[in-house]
Amino acid sequence: MTEQSVTVAGSPVGGEIVTAAAPQDGTPDTRASVKPKNNRAWFLVLPVVVSVAFTAVIPLMTVVNFSVQDIFSPDDRIFVGLEWFRSVSRDPEIRAAFVRTLLFSAQVLLLEIPLGVALAVAMPRRGIWVSAALVIVALPLLIPWNVVGTIWQIFARADIGLGGWTINNVLGIDFNYTLDSTDAWITVLIMDVWHWTPLVALLAYAGLRSIPDPYFQAAQIDGASAWATFRHIQLPRLRGVLTIAILLRFMDSFMIYTEPFVVTGGGPGNATSFLSILLSKIAVGQFDLGPAGAFSLLYFLVVQIVSYVFFTVLTRAGR
Amino acid sequence: MALVLDGVRVRQRGETWLHDIHLELSSGMTTLVGPMAAGKTTLMRVVGGLLPPDAGRVVVNGKDVTAISVRKRSVAFVYQQFINYPSLSVYENIASPLRMARFPKKDMDRRVHEVAEIMGIGDLLDRRPAELSGGQQQRTAIARALARPVDVLLLDEPLANLDFKLREQLRGDLKDMFRDSPSVVLYSTADPAEALTFASPTVVLGEGRVLDVGEVADMYAQPPTLAVAATLSDPPLNLLPGVVREGRIECLGSSFPSPGAHASGRNVVLAVRPHQVTIERSGSDVLEFPAEIRLAEVTGSETFLHLMLADGRHLVAQLAGTQLFTPGERTVAYVDPAHIFVFDDAGGRLLATSAAEVDLHG
Repeated sequence: MTEQSVTVAGSPVGGEIVTAAAPQDGTPDTRASVKPKNNRAWFLVLPVVVSVAFTAVIPLMTVVNFSVQDIFSPDDRIFVGLEWFRSVSRDPEIRAAFVRTLLFSAQVLLLEIPLGVALAVAMPRRGIWVSAALVIVALPLLIPWNVVGTIWQIFARADIGLGGWTINNVLGIDFNYTLDSTDAWITVLIMDVWHWTPLVALLAYAGLRSIPDPYFQAAQIDGASAWATFRHIQLPRLRGVLTIAILLRFMDSFMIYTEPFVVTGGGPGNATSFLSILLSKIAVGQFDLGPAGAFSLLYFLVVQIVSYVFFTVLTRAGR
Repeated sequence: MALVLDGVRVRQRGETWLHDIHLELSSGMTTLVGPMAAGKTTLMRVVGGLLPPDAGRVVVNGKDVTAISVRKRSVAFVYQQFINYPSLSVYENIASPLRMARFPKKDMDRRVHEVAEIMGIGDLLDRRPAELSGGQQQRTAIARALARPVDVLLLDEPLANLDFKLREQLRGDLKDMFRDSPSVVLYSTADPAEALTFASPTVVLGEGRVLDVGEVADMYAQPPTLAVAATLSDPPLNLLPGVVREGRIECLGSSFPSPGAHASGRNVVLAVRPHQVTIERSGSDVLEFPAEIRLAEVTGSETFLHLMLADGRHLVAQLAGTQLFTPGERTVAYVDPAHIFVFDDAGGRLLATSAAEVDLHG
């Protein structure tokens, strides 16, 4: 095969027309398959490869490394194979935390998705109140996570918190999240709903805003009810953004750490000990790097699998 | 069926979008033609009840419906965009207005198949709108509007978003369908060719006012005002300045007898359609305009020749067939005065009849 540079240029108005010379040795025309090779692309990709290696691949491989060894000191370590994976997946405390976290995520999705969509539908489509509504709805998203935790830790306190005090003294319900597991669970759940429903609302609102007015007018002319308008015009248009909202809210709530850590510290007892809280206890508190490594990898895998299942189901449902 | 608009006025954001519209329409098709922002959509939304007018009344069959909500009115609307319910099949889309109107199931099924056949989508009833082509989507939307018998059917530039082959096909179908419709059918378009093809009673709208009402062919042949002439001309009119001098009109060194009577020295506007401009002398009384060729656009069946006249004005000649020209060459454009519309500086037409009257009296 001969390397040859071929130029085919033609322009209708007086341009010079260069035609490729036919291969002289009579071999079939190989014009299409001959391209000059160029390795410059590798050079351009290199910075990305290096930065991804340093920020993702190497740390992940370190965790993989920890997960298959029993480490007594930096110089004293033995290879244990999949032993940590076995013990972690059988650990009753971790299993309980897994169920707890899954339950929490399910409740978060069941509350935040419908609530966010309802909020988005209720928000004004045009006029002077649009900006006001957006700012008010977005406000919780602008608060740092540990501050959200602190706000709710104080707000829900039975003695000095506005919310906790009201429930106890005005509504007359005995509520104390530091002592009662159900109260603690509800506090953390409502805090998450308060913090993250706005994200779902904003995503849904953006989706709703993209629906042209004539759709609503057509529904009006048909005499469609508000529910029918929502069901047949708004909801179909929200499928894309809701898929994203569900994925984001699942991943985030399944890995929730900061807010419950600040509010309850995982308690009372183990009531709000989610996987992340348990993991940090094992990794940072007890410094059991082997089990913690195996735990992290399994955790990572579960998030990946569940997200993949959600994504597949939601995008299939659209067809 | 009759629709009357009585002094309808619409103001939005400090601007008047419709100026006291008076119209009387009877059953069958009426074309509403006007350029963009003429107020076509606003007028339709008022008629449909989607936009309450600031003043005036909308009367259908002698009944004032101005204050009646859109949900209770007997109207159907077809939009420029293809508006269908995305999650419903074509069948369910067409059936939806019938369901809302509580049609008996058997009648509904028969009616859906009937209009689907008329619109040529009878074999697509199981599909979702997203699986259809643009033309099929719009056919579905029109079928949906046709399904329920209504007093007023509004079609707001329904063919504007279709490519030209589909547009011509659907235009023919719609013309047959609506000519003898028992409903008042109001069809808006920005395309004068579409209005001329329909050849139905036509309302010309411009800047929120009714400019003329009548037979579109008459309006095309004898436009009463410059605005009507411009609205009904595609490609756009050529406009040239002229001055009245002793019964003749002078324009860029040529002159011809004035069709109307006006005092000498009065400025007028000469309008001529591009296809009336030639580059071959066609008679002895024609006006001559020496010009430089700037550009020749060949569309295949036609050649648009862009000319620059002595005073720097542009003149476009629409010539038949493919003709080749070299930009920069000089030529002469000829216009027969019989094809020139003369308008006074207020946009009103100078008519031969008024000239005759002046002759009689003077």
